[in-house]
Formats: sequence, structure tokens, C-alpha cells
Amino acid sequence: MTKRVLRRLLQLLGVVLSTAVLNFALLKALPGDLVDVIASESGSVTADYVAQLRQMYGLDRNAFEQLLSYLGRIAQGDLGFSFRFGEPVLGLVLDRLGPTLALVGTALSLSVLVGVLLGIAAARRPHGALDTVISALATLGYSAPMFWTALMLIVLFGVQLNWLPIGGLRDVSAGHAGLRLWLDYAHHLVLPALTLAIYYVAVYARLSRASMIETLAEDYIRTARAKGAGEARVIFVHALSNAVLPVLTMLGLQSSALLGGSIVVETVFGWPGLGQLSFEAIKSRDIPLLLAVLLLSGVLVVLTNLLVDLLQGQLDPRVRARLAIGGQVQAADAAEAA
Amino acid sequence: MTATQGPATSHDAQDDDITLELRRRQLFGMTGALLATGLVGGLWPGAAQAEIGSLPNTEQGAQRGGSLDATVHPEPPTLAFFINTSTPGRTVVSKIFDGLLDYGPDLKPRPQLAESVEVSPDGLTVRIKLRKNVLWHDGKPFTSADVKFSAENVWKQYAPFARRVFQHLSKVEAPDSHSIVLTLAKPTPVVLNALDVVAAPILPKHLYEGTDIPNNPYNNKPVGTGPFVFKEWSRGSHIALERFDKYWVPGLPYLDKLTFKIIPDVAGRATALETGAIQYGERNPVTFADADRLAKLPQLTLDTAGYNGFATVLWLLPNLRDPILGNLKVRQAIAHAVNKDLLVKTVWGGYARPATGPVASQVSSFYTKDTQQYPFDTQKAQALLDEAGYPKKADGWRFKLNHDFIPFGDDYRRTGEFVRQALRAVGIDVTLRALDLATWSKNVFADYNYQLASSWGVNWSDPQLGVEPLYWSKSESKGTPWTNASGYASAEADRVIEAAQTEPDPAKRVALYHELQKIVQRDLSQINLFEFRWFGIWARNLRNVTDSFNHSQSNFARVWLDAKR
Repeated sequence: MTKRVLRRLLQLLGVVLSTAVLNFALLKALPGDLVDVIASESGSVTADYVAQLRQMYGLDRNAFEQLLSYLGRIAQGDLGFSFRFGEPVLGLVLDRLGPTLALVGTALSLSVLVGVLLGIAAARRPHGALDTVISALATLGYSAPMFWTALMLIVLFGVQLNWLPIGGLRDVSAGHAGLRLWLDYAHHLVLPALTLAIYYVAVYARLSRASMIETLAEDYIRTARAKGAGEARVIFVHALSNAVLPVLTMLGLQSSALLGGSIVVETVFGWPGLGQLSFEAIKSRDIPLLLAVLLLSGVLVVLTNLLVDLLQGQLDPRVRARLAIGGQVQAADAAEAA
Repeated sequence: MTATQGPATSHDAQDDDITLELRRRQLFGMTGALLATGLVGGLWPGAAQAEIGSLPNTEQGAQRGGSLDATVHPEPPTLAFFINTSTPGRTVVSKIFDGLLDYGPDLKPRPQLAESVEVSPDGLTVRIKLRKNVLWHDGKPFTSADVKFSAENVWKQYAPFARRVFQHLSKVEAPDSHSIVLTLAKPTPVVLNALDVVAAPILPKHLYEGTDIPNNPYNNKPVGTGPFVFKEWSRGSHIALERFDKYWVPGLPYLDKLTFKIIPDVAGRATALETGAIQYGERNPVTFADADRLAKLPQLTLDTAGYNGFATVLWLLPNLRDPILGNLKVRQAIAHAVNKDLLVKTVWGGYARPATGPVASQVSSFYTKDTQQYPFDTQKAQALLDEAGYPKKADGWRFKLNHDFIPFGDDYRRTGEFVRQALRAVGIDVTLRALDLATWSKNVFADYNYQLASSWGVNWSDPQLGVEPLYWSKSESKGTPWTNASGYASAEADRVIEAAQTEPDPAKRVALYHELQKIVQRDLSQINLFEFRWFGIWARNLRNVTDSFNHSQSNFARVWLDAKR
């Protein structure tokens, strides 16, 4: 177990290195650089000024030298300096991490919770009335473009009813402090988190429905019912712990997609998260900044997946056994198959 | 409109009727609900306007106090305005810093940190008298040492505008604590039009001397002399400013707080204005359709005044190195093929006017309308293309052409689509290419790897700043944006441009620029399509907003909230 965790952490190193090299190469392959962007924005520049900027930002050296010096700096724990923003990269990224984690965390927990409950409800009578309604709603939520959902929620709750703020992290001019400030954050989180959740609820509802239907047909469920276990116990204790495994796997996968993929929601709601920051970094060819965001996302994804694996082990003794035995699993699998 | 706009002419009024009719038809086609005649009428001078246009600029009855929530879009990447002079950056720093001079809507100088600026008759010496009793926000006095330091270390090294304007600056002296003498190796009359806060930035010597200026920690938490003090910048969220109690004009600024909220989505800005989450947005903060809708709301006002020093022209840039576009007749055909009136009315929602040349009519001190015109005429365009040796081939096309538009938003893409449609109608098979800014800029200005590009260009307040670089053969410089990228080289234009650079007599200088406009409009090294009519939307009770040459960099000291409205 511990060995497994250690190995996963070692993987991190590989992730960091390959993220850096791969993305550096990709970004370098794009035409234009940061100086082109800055000079274009300024509206009036001279040739020697452009040359001076390139020299100042180290963009006059060849790409390989730039990569080496970048890797060297990462090794020393220095993520670099964003010339675009005129600030160290680390601070820029950390500033965005909180809002992103809050948004993604809330949206994912909400969608898993609601999605699984809806899935269970639908699975109890497949193709019944409730199942049909839930499936229809799930399909709707999944197929509506996210920006459309966002705008509709804004129009309804922000403009018409005036219940919820339409954007931003908090009410900056109100000057709240303490508990009021946290409530203000939460208030602002509702619409963006809801927009994201509506989309993902569908995924989890469909997934848990399918998995629940399958599990409920298993022999051990019949045994549990025969023993006289109540319906709630059968579903939430016996069936759920098995049925939820694919949902967890999905969660691990999606956490990565969500970290970078919430650009639309962040833009519509003016939510200062990592998605917007990385988009801006690509547009302005801000290599150190983009690499830092990607590195951080890479690290978070590896950690999340590790967490999901451990959680699955807790829920499923078979997985736990495999985690413990590690390399011997294949042999065991082979024997089983034979 | 406000007092800052020129008098309306009957010609304008006529235009308005046509505009109104066209708009009405289009809008009924799309969404009839958007239409409001009262609304449309107010956008142009001369039209009856009861509800549109801000209240007149005045300080009469001005009250102190109140806070203003504004938006700036996009978020400025940095507040180091002396390196990156992007417009959103200007919007914010102009409240924090004052310049030596400010300029009025008529582009005439107004004293700010400089009480007076005198140029010697030979044009080689500029004497500046500085205001006394001006303090930096940290309490240190502002003196000639700050100006000398900025001129020697910032203007000459970093500030993109000043580097051009002050290229002949040979000596900076400070005879006393509030006097500056600039010595120029050559007369440079443009200096007088470029002493504003961004073009000639003044930084505090005591915080910048001996430091690595581009990476100075104060770049993003600036200490200035302007009416508002920088409080905090929470990236992606907001930039907060507060009133400077020791501002050099006693009693100013009127506002206590000024907060710029970052709202990246254009629809989000419209909702924020509608719900009152923000009360001010400028430089086309919302879509044209939303602008028309918001302008009808009783609590908001829409105005196009205050941009004479930010006059913007949208142009097509033909690459003259291309064998097809190198042919003047082809360029004339393109100019005749595009219906500019329809373009500004459809794509630009009426917030633009057809251009007559490289200088926008708002820069009235330098503008001449007496240039060659290319009225919409597809037959003439076809005839010119035939004459040029490009008859229609069997497949119906004369030739293929790539068109790269600047990726500054949907309006620019739709402009590209409009041009594509117009040129296809005369047999030119245009392919639109959507690129991101870095790629576009490299293709157009560094590699000259384009055929037809389209972009906006700002005139600024003097043709030497915004027009000259696009036409002067000596400004051609691979890799430098906003320089002559078409490959245009005309001895005639060069002679006029170079004479204007050093002509000390203002009237003669204006005459030279009139001549330049005629030459380049005849040679069509750039096809000027239309002038922008930038608009802003703000709370109706916000007064004194547009009293500036460049709304995007006015210092807001005299802006106030009218409690009675």
C-alpha cells in the first residue's frame, strides 16, 4: 500500500518533466511570441524596442537553451516570472487555485451526490415513469451548451428574480468581512457551480443507473433480501458500494477535465479561475505561466486519481487486495482465467 | 449630444434618416423588439434626442462623495503602462497618474503637472514649468527630478510612444526644482501633442532610481500623482482605487472610491450594467444590440463623445509585394466593391461612419475630406479588374485571395465576412483566415505572409503618431507591429512626411498632412473603410464623463455622482 503510494508520487516527477517538455515544445511551435503580442497591443513601437523586449525576456536565445534554463529553474523550485503580467508565476497561479478548487469541488460533489441519487431512483424501476423523466432531464442537462445554461440561469435568477449575483467572486465594493464575507463567496458560487453541476449530473445519473440495475440483479442482493434486509439497507449498503465503483472511476477522470475545462463557466461568470488564466497564457504565448498551470493541473490529477484508487480500495475488498499484492495480481488474474 | 461634439450639419441629419430606415428594416428582420426609433435617433448628432446622450458636462452643483463601480475590459495584463501601453491599462493608470499635459475634446493642451510648456522659435528647446505642491501618493513631493529621471530613463528606454516622439531629445536639464528644459537635436513639433500621461509617463524617481525598472515591484501597485490612489488588484476580479486626499486640486476628486470590476464576458457586462452591479463601461463595453437595448433604460445613458484623441479607422491592408495586389487597379476595384455605408450600418450597428481617408474626421485639426473617394460601384470594380488583366475565368472567379482579420472580437470577424461577400460579388474568391493575435501579428508585421489583412488603427492626436508609421517607407521594419507592412514606398509621401516631422509652423504642418492624406488615398496602399464611433454606457447620474480627448485615459478627477438625478 505505502509502496504503491510512493510509486504514485514518483510518477509525479515524470508527469512534471513530460508536461514541461511537451508543452514547451507545443507552445514554441505556435507562430508568434509574447513580444509580438505586447507590441501589437501597444499601438506604437520601434524596431529596436522590439529587439530590446526580446532580449529582456530571454526570447532572443534559441529554444533549446530556453528550455534548459527553464527546467533548471523548475528543479530549484522556481516556476519563473510572467513578463506578460509582470509578476512571479507562482503567485498568479496560487491566486487562481482557490476559486477553481471551490468551483470544481462544489460542482463535482453536487453532481455526484445528485447524480447517484437520481441514478438509484431511476434504477429501481427501469423504464418506469420516474426513470423516463430522470433520463429525459439528464439528457437535456447534458446536451444544452454550457454557456446557454449559464445565461439562462443568469437571466432567471440574476436579472428577473434578482436572487443571486450574476458574476464575480464576491461583492467587492460591499467591504464584507468574517462570516459575511464567506457567505458572500458562497452566494456568488451558486450559479457557476450549478451551471457546471447541471452538465455533470447527467453523466453520473446515467452511469449509476446502469451500474445499479446490473448490481440489483446480482445473486447476493437476492440473498440480502431473502435474509430480510430492508429496502434501504439493500440499496445503500449492499448494492451501492458496488454500484458506485464506476462512478468513482469517472470522477477521477473528470476531475482532470474540469480543472482546465471550466473556461466557459469562468468567462461567463467572471470567475477568476485557472481556466481563464491558462487561456490567457496561450493567447499571449506566456510560456512560464502556461507551464505552471499545466504542471499544477498535472500534479492535482495524479493526486486525485491516487485518492480515487484508495477510496475504491476502501469500498471494494477485491481492489484492496490487488493494491496490496501489486505485481502478483496479473499472475492471479491469469490463474483465474485459466 | 454633448457640448464636446461638433455642430450637426444638414448632411448629417440626412444620413440619419437613411440610417434609421435601413436599421428599421434590418431589425424587423431579426428582432423587431430591439427597435426603438427614439433610441436610434440619438446616436448621431443632429437627431432629436430626449433620452440619449449623457447630461451636459458641468461641475455646477457637483457634490463630493460616492463610489463608482466600473468595468475595464479586457483585464489589463499589467499596470506598467510605460512598457505596455494597452488601452485597458490606460483606463486604469490614467486615474492613478497625471501627465505633464492633458488634452481637451478639441485636442488642445490643458495644463496638468506642467503649468506651461514653451517651445523656442527654432523648435529646439522646450521649457516646462512644473506645478508646485504636487505630492506623490506616498507623500513625497513631486519635483523636476522626477521628470528628468523619467525623461532620461523611461522615455528613452521603455515608453513605446516617447521613444519615437523624443528620438531627437539630446539633453534634459532641471535648472530648479520645478523647471525642466528639454534640448532637441532637431525640431520635433509633435512633442506638444504627446505630453499626456501615457505618451510621456512620469514615474516617481525615489521608487524607481537604481532599480530594474521593468521588474520594479511598484509596477503593479503604482504610486502616482493622480486623483486616485491604488488600493488593491485582485487579478481576475477587480482593481480598487480610492480618493487621494492630498490631490493638487483642492476638493478634487469628487468620487471617494473607484472600483474596476473584471467581467470577461460581453453578455455579463450587459447584465451587470442592467442590474446596476456596475455603473460605467466605456470603449464599446457591450454588443451593439445590447447597447441599443440598455440605452433605453431610464437609469443608463449612452454616449459616443470623448474619443477625438482615440479616433480609430478600420482598414484593409493589401500586401503590395503580392503580384495581384501590387496592381493599383485591383486595389481601386476592392475599394469600389465594398459598400461602406451598408457595412457600418449592418455589422457595426451604426456605431461607425465611412472613412474618407487615413485620418478620421474626429481629428478635426488635421483632417481633410478633400481626398479621392471610391464610391460603392460593383460595375466599376468589375471593369477595373478586367482592365487590370484579371477577367472572370470559366469557374466564375478572377483570382483567389486570403483575408486575415485581426482577432479582436466578433465585429472584426463579421467585417471580414462582409468584405468576403462584397469581393465575391465581383469575382474575387476570398478565403477568411481566423488567427490568434500572436499569429496574426507575426504573419502581417513580421513575415509579411498575408495578402489582404484587416485591422483597426488609432490615429492618436497627431498624424505623426498613428498615421505616419503606416505610410512612411522608412518606418518599414520587419517584426514591428503598426509600422508600414504593405511595402508602400513613395518618394512623394516620404517627402511630405519628413517635412512635417520638423515643420515648426503649425499651419504649414497641417497643410503637409492634408497633402499626405491626398497622396495615400490616391495610392491606396491601405484601403480605409470606416471610422469608429466608440460608445460608453454609464449611470445617468454620473456627470462630467466625456470631457476628455481620450475617454479611455481621462483622470476622472472631475467626475461626480449627481444625487438629484
